[in-house]
Amino acid sequence: MASAHVLPIKGRPAAAPQPVARLENVSKNYGLVRALQDFNFDVRAGELVALLGPNGAGKTTAIRLLLGLAMPTTGKVSVFGANPSNVTTHMRVGAMLQVGRVPETLRVREHVDLFSSYYPNPLRIAETLAIAGIEDLRDRKFGVLSGGQKQRVLFALAICGNPDLLFLDEPTVGLDVEARHLLWDEIRKLLARGKTVVLTTHYLEEADSLADRIGVINKGSIIAEGTPAQIKSLTAGKKIRCITQLSLDVCRSLPDVVKVHRDRDAVVIHTSQAEEVLRRLLSLDLELSGIEVTSAGLEDAFLALTRDDKV
Amino acid sequence: MVSTAINPTSLRQPNLLTIYAKEAKYELLKVLRSPMYSVSTVVFPLMFYILFGLVMGKQTIGTISSTLYLIPAYGTFGVMGASLFGTAATLASDRGLGWLQVKRASPMPPFAYFFAKVVMSVIFSTADVLLLLLLGVLFGGVHLHAATATKLVLTLVAGSLPFSAMGLAIGYFAGPTSAPAVINIFYLPMSFCSGLWMPFQYLPKFVQHVAVFLPPFHLSQLALSVVGAGRGEPNLGHWQALAGFSMLCLGIALWGHKRDQKSNG
Repeated sequence: MASAHVLPIKGRPAAAPQPVARLENVSKNYGLVRALQDFNFDVRAGELVALLGPNGAGKTTAIRLLLGLAMPTTGKVSVFGANPSNVTTHMRVGAMLQVGRVPETLRVREHVDLFSSYYPNPLRIAETLAIAGIEDLRDRKFGVLSGGQKQRVLFALAICGNPDLLFLDEPTVGLDVEARHLLWDEIRKLLARGKTVVLTTHYLEEADSLADRIGVINKGSIIAEGTPAQIKSLTAGKKIRCITQLSLDVCRSLPDVVKVHRDRDAVVIHTSQAEEVLRRLLSLDLELSGIEVTSAGLEDAFLALTRDDKV
Repeated sequence: MVSTAINPTSLRQPNLLTIYAKEAKYELLKVLRSPMYSVSTVVFPLMFYILFGLVMGKQTIGTISSTLYLIPAYGTFGVMGASLFGTAATLASDRGLGWLQVKRASPMPPFAYFFAKVVMSVIFSTADVLLLLLLGVLFGGVHLHAATATKLVLTLVAGSLPFSAMGLAIGYFAGPTSAPAVINIFYLPMSFCSGLWMPFQYLPKFVQHVAVFLPPFHLSQLALSVVGAGRGEPNLGHWQALAGFSMLCLGIALWGHKRDQKSNG
């Protein structure tokens, strides 16, 4: 069993608006593999929520359930209060999935033209191409595009129907830094227009920079949920690195220490009470040296939260 | 924000006709631009006809000339190939490589997807049969009344429906790379045993016994009967066999569809 520490979130609004999408007590098994377990998650109107977790954590399964591509083994999934697999639900939803291959002999503009026709109020094709930054690729066949260009075409297919709710499954995989930041800008613009966005990522920086709210997933469960700032504060706020004679167990016994590990000749201590821990360390070990105190980024928070999964 | 409220402001429906037309148009374009498909399904039957019909010289099979006899035979062969490859190969690759998921996540009416594949099979089948006829008339000394020729084309093209159904059934079970091989495992032996490559009466006796269970046999008999080379059986039985076969294949396809949704969905 994963000793998942389910962390309470403070300061959550008491009367949250009605969710646009909801997973209630959802479990999903693929044969003997349990992909999601007692999964509860709400997506609220107008927010960008990031599902963050390591590979195989269940992020994509959650998206597939919300798109009606998979049925939950137990529990309930609803989108706009309806069954997520309904065509009428899909008319308000756009999705960017991880795909092995897209028909390669069709041109970019043709793909967008076809997908736009599925929706009741699509964007104009030129507008879609502009938002996705692929106007100059409109007459190119999909097969000749680079990986990053292909991602942008898939993004275009997700937004062409002018949907209220967007699911982006690892949208910036394979993009270079510049292209990634361009896509982030476009995602922010969608939010500014009142769209709701659910994105999965294992780029921590991406979740931190874009999301209003982050759900950290590990081994098929939400193990933490909150704003990027809250997620960071849920784990130790600081990292103390030092060279010391003290054993790891002694370090662990210090107040508010979340995690201790050895890094080459040094010891790294995660704590929310850096000053107090430092005082104790210095009094316990007079030869303590090489002290560095750094702020734990989201990356550390994430690692700390998902570390328990080693069997 | 208003736009993400639970109840949408308008529920205007997209135009279904437009979707069906676009889906079919792009399916056709997609395939026309991949020569692998068009070459193997259109060129092979024509090449066989040229080699065995035109080059070998005119012979008599039963009561008609070989150049006429081979039009229904290779026509059936072509229709079967166009329909099987048009549905099974593309479906298996869309399924296996995730593209079908993207379509299923969109509001595309599911039937539009299958409709497009069948339309494409019908178009390629028609092209196949018309080109065979043209070759026969121009170079094989074939004379047919317009009414007979029309009936022959319609009969053969109707045959793309059962084979499209068979293609869907295969497409739901074959992998994206193995699909062409799996198709050929059915396609080529079935063609041989049904008398599409050599006249039925020249086939070994046990093969003739097997043939009555094979759909291409029934289609070719229907087509042969149009040009007066049938075996004199009532056509109804052949149509029934093809209809039953289509139902069976659609059932298998539906099962595969359900299985897909369960396992990866």
